[in-house]
Amino acid sequence: MHPATSVILFTSLSGLGFGMLFWLGLGFPDVTGWSAFAFFAVAFALSVGGLLASTFHLGHPERFLKAFTQWRSSWLSREAVIAVCGLTVMGLYAAGAVFLGETFRVLGVIGAILSVLTVYATAMIYTQLKTVPRWNQATTPAIFLLLSVSGGALMTNQLWAALPLFIVAIAVQLLAWKRGDQALATSGTDIGTATGLGDRGTVRAFEPPHTGNNYLMREMVHVIGRKHAMKLRVIAIALLAAPLFLLFIPSPGHVIGAVAVLLHLAGVVTLRWLFFAEAEHVVGIYYGKR
Amino acid sequence: MTQLPSQTEKKLGLVIDLDTCVGCHACVVSCKGWNTENYGAPLSDQDPYGADPSGTFLNRVHSYEITPSEGAAQLIHFPKSCLHCEDAPCVTVCPTGASYKRLEDGIVLVNESSCIGCGLCAWACPYGAREMDQAEGVMKKCTLCVDRIYNENLPEEDRVPACVRTCPAGARHFGDLGDETSDVSKLVAERGGMDLMPEQGTKPVNKYLPPRPKDETFDVLAPFLEPVAAEPKGFLGWLDKTLERL
Ligand code: SF4
Ligand code: SF4
Ligand code: SF4
Repeated sequence: MHPATSVILFTSLSGLGFGMLFWLGLGFPDVTGWSAFAFFAVAFALSVGGLLASTFHLGHPERFLKAFTQWRSSWLSREAVIAVCGLTVMGLYAAGAVFLGETFRVLGVIGAILSVLTVYATAMIYTQLKTVPRWNQATTPAIFLLLSVSGGALMTNQLWAALPLFIVAIAVQLLAWKRGDQALATSGTDIGTATGLGDRGTVRAFEPPHTGNNYLMREMVHVIGRKHAMKLRVIAIALLAAPLFLLFIPSPGHVIGAVAVLLHLAGVVTLRWLFFAEAEHVVGIYYGKR
Repeated sequence: MTQLPSQTEKKLGLVIDLDTCVGCHACVVSCKGWNTENYGAPLSDQDPYGADPSGTFLNRVHSYEITPSEGAAQLIHFPKSCLHCEDAPCVTVCPTGASYKRLEDGIVLVNESSCIGCGLCAWACPYGAREMDQAEGVMKKCTLCVDRIYNENLPEEDRVPACVRTCPAGARHFGDLGDETSDVSKLVAERGGMDLMPEQGTKPVNKYLPPRPKDETFDVLAPFLEPVAAEPKGFLGWLDKTLERL
């Protein structure tokens, strides 16, 4: 799949933002006044900024309100609905914490649940696609949720939670790659089933329908990026593991904290890039590619 | 509404004969022509006369080679367009309700004025049957020429999809695949019509008729015909013998 910058930024930033909102809603840390203002400002900037970035790849962003209507069947619509609900509830909770110095815990807990549900809905947009076997497995929502909640814990300085979550996230990511590398081969879809001619002999794509490229090839048969995938995997895991070591420094302070966050974010963006670039869509089979 | 109807009154679709398709791409051109001039946004081209031309098409013809374990390889031309699936994943993923499956005839359509151009439906289709128009920013797909098949302003023989009307080889058939007594259903039963990627669970309405096995001898009558070129006589005979001797 084509790794579109807007979608990579959207899923990475909003994941981090909703991860922060999750911890803030639960009262970790239980802040009020100016320090609450600072935390919430960052969390909303990331989550709302990410959502806005996601509209950049739309053909008709001005019609976005229609995307709230089909929540009965569509994960993309559900994501939009849950995100707005979550942001509204957390907005009320934040207003209470900042202006009234009161933390309404019930509101916070509901907001926290809606925040992780938003990330889950985002992940399900990809997970539901049988056409991309690498995404169509349980590790996809698991890794989205783990990256969001661990990043949120890092941003809200909940190191007791961040450290174990990082380790689990890395483990699940390794599992996702192990399974994902086999996913297309074990999905049962190949050029034989795609053409229905498989039982007659070996089928080979002889001539494509067009000599140039087209929307399908640009969007779904993105193979160029896979060349350095192995190196990028190593880099991504190193970036993700880096905060683990930084945070062992006694009394890390703001600068080291910020460095840890940036390293984490770089790791998440690299992983997201790989998530798209490595994903094989079955339509590639019609073109003799994967 | 992007929930799928549990049942449609008709299942209109195409039956494509891989045995007779000659890969002329006439159906591609007639489809592009009709759907650029009629329903919805035109099918645009980008850089059509330049170095990197591309464009929106609703029907494309691939070619595949089958090499059997014994015998000669076979070349199959393979037209591909929307299969108007019963369990269309492209419809259920759509966040806006722009994609829908019609209750009356099962045609899968896009309401272009509701489409936000998110592209998710194209990701959900295993067959590459949906293409985002780069000029218009909305999703385009085969409409089964919904603006021809019911169009009383057209002569009756033209009330079929443009590709079917155009095909010079008679490789494309249009009809109700939900009706067992229809010509297309009979054809599918007779020729063993098949689904593409059945494991994807989309339950396509369009069917493909497999190629028939190639004849062993090319022409059954050939061995019984008189050879045309007999031994040359006269001047040519003399020339032949002379040249032979040299
Ligand atoms: S062929 Fe693709 S676009 Fe057409 S109905 Fe099936 S899934 Fe949808
Ligand atoms: S591109 Fe248009 S038709 Fe397709 S899923 Fe998005 S809104 Fe629906
Ligand atoms: S017009 Fe008919 S013969 Fe020509 S490519 Fe299309 S289906 Fe095949």
